[in-house]
Amino acid sequence: MEISGNLNAIGYGLSAIGGGIGVGLVFAAFINGVARQPEAQRVLQPLAFMGLAFTEALAILGLVFAFVWQ
Amino acid sequence: MIALALPAATNESEGFVPPTIDDLHLPEILPWGAHYGEGFGKQMLLVLLSVALISWFLVAASRRRQMVPGKFQFLGEFSYNFVRNSVGKDLIGEKDFRPYVPVLVSLFFFILVNNLFGSIPLLQLPTTSHVGTSYALAGIVYILWIVLGIRTHGIGYFKVAVVPSGVPKAFLLPVVLIEIVSNFVVRPLTHSLRLFATMLAGHMIIALAASGSAFLLTQTSGIVPALGVLTMAGGVGMYLFEIFIQVLQAYVFVLLTAVYIQGSISEAH
Repeated sequence: MEISGNLNAIGYGLSAIGGGIGVGLVFAAFINGVARQPEAQRVLQPLAFMGLAFTEALAILGLVFAFVWQ
Repeated sequence: MIALALPAATNESEGFVPPTIDDLHLPEILPWGAHYGEGFGKQMLLVLLSVALISWFLVAASRRRQMVPGKFQFLGEFSYNFVRNSVGKDLIGEKDFRPYVPVLVSLFFFILVNNLFGSIPLLQLPTTSHVGTSYALAGIVYILWIVLGIRTHGIGYFKVAVVPSGVPKAFLLPVVLIEIVSNFVVRPLTHSLRLFATMLAGHMIIALAASGSAFLLTQTSGIVPALGVLTMAGGVGMYLFEIFIQVLQAYVFVLLTAVYIQGSISEAH
């Protein structure tokens, strides 16, 4: 059996693992915080999305490099 | 317009050909400026349309203001207040967020409308899925926070930005190198690519679902067309999810802009 295609797709998949775990951790902490102290949601929400944005960066670089380094 | 965006995927001999990135680059409308690489295309037309739409919306929403706002005025005030309070005031700080409200609000509306173009039937192409748009927007913000930092700290801003306080002398060199790369290279890159990549990926998923179900429904026989219904349902689900992502990415872009501005006007790093 012959498999054809580009290894870049696998590389992007690997780089998305880290981003996935990171985003999961960020939102788990956010939900924990809000569950313990619901009135803190206003303060925590921008922080959670900031954490999301920073953690995503690696997965985004992976996606872009998968297309760039053909 | 939709037929233009979908690839000619369905020729019998090769089977299914998934859409590629090149299918997003629609043929240009006018050859104006073509010797710089690309003519006047659909994305540029959409940018002009978005500017007209946003100005019309904001002017119309703020005309004939009343104590008890109507639906239209409420929508305008709600979105303006959202950016002003939950992004500007909370992140930059009560003391000096006022000068930056206009840039935050216009960035938010511009990105929001340009993202939502991806979900409006017949337009169906987010302008920000072209990397040029995102580079320009992130470039404006990049220049903005560097200029603000220099205005606040003088030329010593670059020292404030890359030398964290309380690091032992021995580790200073690697830490400073990492800070330089992460602040001045990776930061603007990810700021623009985050917007671009999510919009591009969302658009590609919908294009893939649409062309896949078109292929399954029309070019196969037996029980297989039933799978086309499944891919179509999945495509509609992704379409709705994509609207959420488009609003979220506009919010995240403005949020990060506020964070960067705050970082360069605050006293210590």
